[in-house]
Amino acid sequence: MGAQLRVYRQKIKSAQTTKKITRAMELISASRIQKAQARVAASTPYSRAITQAVSAVATYSNVEHVLTTEPEVINRAAVVIFASDRGLAGAFSSQVLRESEQLSELLRNQGKDVVYYLVGRKALAYFSFRRRVSEQSWTGGTDRPEFDTAQEIGDALLSAFLREADDGGVDEIHIVYNRFVSMVTQVPQVVRLLPLEVVEGEASDVPSTLPLYEFEPDPETVLDALLPVYIESRIFNAMLQSAASEHASRQKAMKSASDNADKLIKDFTRLSNNARQTEITQQISEIVGGADALSSAKN
Amino acid sequence: MASASLTVTLVSADQQVWSGEASMVVARTVEGEIGILVGHEPLLAILSSGEVRITLLDGTKVVAEADDGFLSVDNDIISVVARRAALV
Repeated sequence: MGAQLRVYRQKIKSAQTTKKITRAMELISASRIQKAQARVAASTPYSRAITQAVSAVATYSNVEHVLTTEPEVINRAAVVIFASDRGLAGAFSSQVLRESEQLSELLRNQGKDVVYYLVGRKALAYFSFRRRVSEQSWTGGTDRPEFDTAQEIGDALLSAFLREADDGGVDEIHIVYNRFVSMVTQVPQVVRLLPLEVVEGEASDVPSTLPLYEFEPDPETVLDALLPVYIESRIFNAMLQSAASEHASRQKAMKSASDNADKLIKDFTRLSNNARQTEITQQISEIVGGADALSSAKN
Repeated sequence: MASASLTVTLVSADQQVWSGEASMVVARTVEGEIGILVGHEPLLAILSSGEVRITLLDGTKVVAEADDGFLSVDNDIISVVARRAALV
């Protein structure tokens, strides 16, 4: 076997092995998207109920709360980045990181200091490679977010928000995550988490007479208990959306990788056939030439 | 009151635990136990951890354990929202 032929065969083999891996990852992601989407749907009743409750308090009582009041001067802003733990998901992590860089630049131009909170190993790697510091980070489980993690993140953010700026606290908090639009589109999304702007999830028809709400024990305490929960549910929702996007993005990336491997295999097969044919042709012409030479030598 | 039953939903952070029609809901708030019948005034209460007992229209009872949540009543629609909730 000629040297050229052997090289092509090796390349075909390697492309085939790669294809097996990418195909498997594609199938795994495809099956997990369904599950991730189902989890997004399953968490919707909770966040809807909380949103309704918060807007009820906001509507039927006039309570000022520290989480909803805009600070007079904003010196420090926190940016929470939701990336993935693993790569091979196309532009998933990079697009959310790019978005957060733009946001940070905007915030810096407004004269604010930016501190970072990172979720996902890829975000952490991006920061440590550039020797940049982050306030706090969470890794592991970005493809299957747990509510406990959301709670942890919520607690950390709240305590940072409630501290004074000199004390390492922040005056506003933004979150950046990939929003799941469809199987083919995931859009990086920037949301200001704190100070809160309560938005009603759906356009509710306002009843003709506003009911008189009773709060137990009293509006302040209820709001105190509700708002952190509201924030947690927003964070959890971001994490679930991000997980669904991660799977969709990975499936797309792996699909195109498998397709490319197919193309490579086809190209190399053609080249190797070509090399084999060249070799055979050469051998024949050598034999014919040799026979010719022998017969002419006899005469 | 217009309707004769309560529409109850019980949700936890990651799923809807139970929903349906009921005649009475008893829950433990931070101030003590509260029972809600049809026609209760709108209410928003913080729950302390404990049982939520739902009496269905036919008299059978559904009991759930709810932790860290709140209860809202509005127009005979009751939502019990808890971080963790499970039927017992």
